[in-house]
Amino acid sequence: MFRGATQSAAVLVLVLLGGVIVSLIHGSGPSIRAFGFGFLTTQTWNPVTEKFGALGAIYGTVVTSLIAMLIGIPVSLGIAVFITELCPPWLKRPIGTAIELLAGIPSIIYGIWGLFVLAPFLQAQVQPVLIALFKPIPGLSTIFAGPPYGIGTFTAGIILSMMVLPYITSVTRDVFQTVPAVLKESAYGLGCTTWEVVRHVMLPYTRVGVIGGIMLGLGRALGETMAVTFVIGNAHRIAGSILAPGTTISAAIANEFAEAEGGLYTSALIESGLILFVITFLVLSAARLLLQRAEQKAQR
Amino acid sequence: MNETSPSGAGIQTQKPRLGPRGGDAPGQALKEKLSVRDVSFFYGEAKALKNVTLPVYERKVTALIGPSGCGKSTLLRILNRMYDLYPKQRAEGEVLFDGNNVLDPKQDLNLLRARIGMVFQKPTPFPMSIYDNIAFGIRLYERLPKSEMDDRVESALKRAALWEEVRGKLNQSGLGLSGGQQQRLCIARTIAVRPEIVLLDEPTSALDPIATAKVEELIYQLKNDYTIVIVTHNMQQAARVADYTAFMYLGELVEFGETRQVFTKPTKSRTEDYITGRFG
Amino acid sequence: MELAIYRRRRLTNGVVMTLAWVAALSGILILAVILATLFYEGFSGISLKIFTQITPPEGEDGGLLNAIVGSLIMTVLGTAIGTPIGILAGTYLAEFGRGTRLAMAVRFINDILLSAPSILIGLFIYDLMVTRMHHASAWAGSVALSMLVVPVVVRTTENMLQLVPDSLREAAAAIGSPRWVVIMKVAYRAARAGMITGVLLAVARITGETAPLVFTASNDQFMSTDMSQPMANLPVVIFNFANSAYPASRQLAWTAALLITLAVLALNIGARTLSTPTSKQS
Repeated sequence: MFRGATQSAAVLVLVLLGGVIVSLIHGSGPSIRAFGFGFLTTQTWNPVTEKFGALGAIYGTVVTSLIAMLIGIPVSLGIAVFITELCPPWLKRPIGTAIELLAGIPSIIYGIWGLFVLAPFLQAQVQPVLIALFKPIPGLSTIFAGPPYGIGTFTAGIILSMMVLPYITSVTRDVFQTVPAVLKESAYGLGCTTWEVVRHVMLPYTRVGVIGGIMLGLGRALGETMAVTFVIGNAHRIAGSILAPGTTISAAIANEFAEAEGGLYTSALIESGLILFVITFLVLSAARLLLQRAEQKAQR
Repeated sequence: MNETSPSGAGIQTQKPRLGPRGGDAPGQALKEKLSVRDVSFFYGEAKALKNVTLPVYERKVTALIGPSGCGKSTLLRILNRMYDLYPKQRAEGEVLFDGNNVLDPKQDLNLLRARIGMVFQKPTPFPMSIYDNIAFGIRLYERLPKSEMDDRVESALKRAALWEEVRGKLNQSGLGLSGGQQQRLCIARTIAVRPEIVLLDEPTSALDPIATAKVEELIYQLKNDYTIVIVTHNMQQAARVADYTAFMYLGELVEFGETRQVFTKPTKSRTEDYITGRFG
Repeated sequence: MELAIYRRRRLTNGVVMTLAWVAALSGILILAVILATLFYEGFSGISLKIFTQITPPEGEDGGLLNAIVGSLIMTVLGTAIGTPIGILAGTYLAEFGRGTRLAMAVRFINDILLSAPSILIGLFIYDLMVTRMHHASAWAGSVALSMLVVPVVVRTTENMLQLVPDSLREAAAAIGSPRWVVIMKVAYRAARAGMITGVLLAVARITGETAPLVFTASNDQFMSTDMSQPMANLPVVIFNFANSAYPASRQLAWTAALLITLAVLALNIGARTLSTPTSKQS
């Protein structure tokens, strides 16, 4: 009896995810029939004429996550190196706690903070500098074209980089700690500097786990909703400049779903949700498989 | 520094004679390469070494023996400041290396460790190819053209008596070798950097008897060019490879002398108990 | 040896290690700035009114009473629904399902659910419950939150039960206890602290969750404990008021944000304190 109950609960976990998939596919039906494959390749998003294409939101989702990774990965690795190699022992616990609390802060708090503190700061201090700095460089001058709105794709990417930080850091720190002490010692014994030990011994040894942690962070960034919704500006179009407002799939759903009174509008939002699901599912699956491999290696 | 480094090219062809050997060719002056003077060591509050004083002679093999926990590995890890990686571990006293104090806080550890190489209990090939395992250490200190680097890698592998076994698979991972081959790879990696002193921390304890014999043969050959300090729990091994032996017990140096003398005519009863107990 | 090479290496190392220090400091700085902002902006709004009056229409003065009550009700209910499912499923993974294909599949899917975008959970519950009842409800909100509780509890329950040595189970079985007694009386008892930690972490996670509530529980202007109707809650108050043109409404959003953060921090620290003795073993 008890065994049966536990087994049913386990099966229920599968059913929940299955339910999410079925519900998303079912809800996407009208939109898929109306727009077909063009939904993925057009960026029109017009509730009045009921013409919808998710390209703008997909683009925003990918670009914000990309920015988050560009900043988040080096910073996370830096923190992990600091914790495992540099940190004085008394500081280890406070830093570990701080990083974990960073993961605990709810998304909406990052959102309100991003809106009232980060965005004005970037608008006043950072974006004008970037615009001026890249103006003479063709290509980059388009990517960093003004005016500095404060709110936009760039700001969303920055706030996401802060949010993925704790995830990548804690996985990286954990896999760094699986490197055998004697392996590190033999590199130090050759006269390696700390950076050389990290670069040539620890990173190659833990590569699979580190990539797994990065994928985990990427999965979070892709699906992150509230923080992005507050700071991205919610514009369904692809701007050349990353400083301009944009949107992501999850932000579009959060902002518009309540107003969409059924019909094609709702269905288009659900279909973009389905796209988000597929992307995050693939990324998170990859993360899980890599981390499993890393775990098996650590046990050997 | 180059003039003091032994050349890595000379390959020994002479068959080594195994067995305890104490005496040296008469008239050959002994030079103290390392002088351990009144060294104590602490793990936090616990004192693990008590006022150890010990000479390490140039181009000789010095063995540190004693029961586990006697401080022999601790002493070895002081010589290249490996303990510095860990907080709460500290040493007192001085270790003179060609006149400079190794324990000086201002000592540059990277350069020190380039001159004092170390091989560990467990083989520790780096996660890279066999070739890169050797070249990695050389690249830390020298910028060499490809052909010269190839020569250096080859000669290091030859000196470690590994060349014949790996010459066809230099680009394969070092992790694919057998335990004994991995350990010789680590020795090759260490000597490729051309250190003056090589520290061996129970280098054969994870190996089978055949691989052990190969490594011992290698140690015998290496002492022509390097000063060697070996920690071993295996007393026959100390008797076979070492010129000088230090017996340690509970963090103290009990006896130091020529290996033959320590093994045949120990002056301290504790040394005798330990040696005869094991020799049985 | 070429000293120039060595100098370059040492320089590189110095630069990279300095950057690692900077990274660590900036991590702490981000946390500090966020907390400082919350206290600075939120604290001035804290008064008795917050806990005695209900949320006003946008722009007017008022409190957060109904949102606090709503959040409490839905969090408790979400935890109450999700925890038993999570514990049972975690028990299956650690006890009955060891090595089975079902267990492997469940573990994998559970890990995906653990990081899946919560807004998709909101869409699912909207489809499952809201469209059927024709309006948002506290039930829908609670069920959506429970779906976030399940994966956290499954994970920690399994991990904690795995730490219980098999010898303990065998000893209990040897005196003739049936399997369910062994698990309930021995394994659960041994893993209790860790399992409670898991539940606390799950509560902390749903305390601030907004995305799944926006269109399941929605919002309500009045004090209501009717589970079949929309229910006010702190996250959605922040969502609705943060961008308001009226300072009074923005102040309420900041105060709500401070309350949520304090609750989350307290839960996290509580969970950490509880788990300290057991986490040493893992």
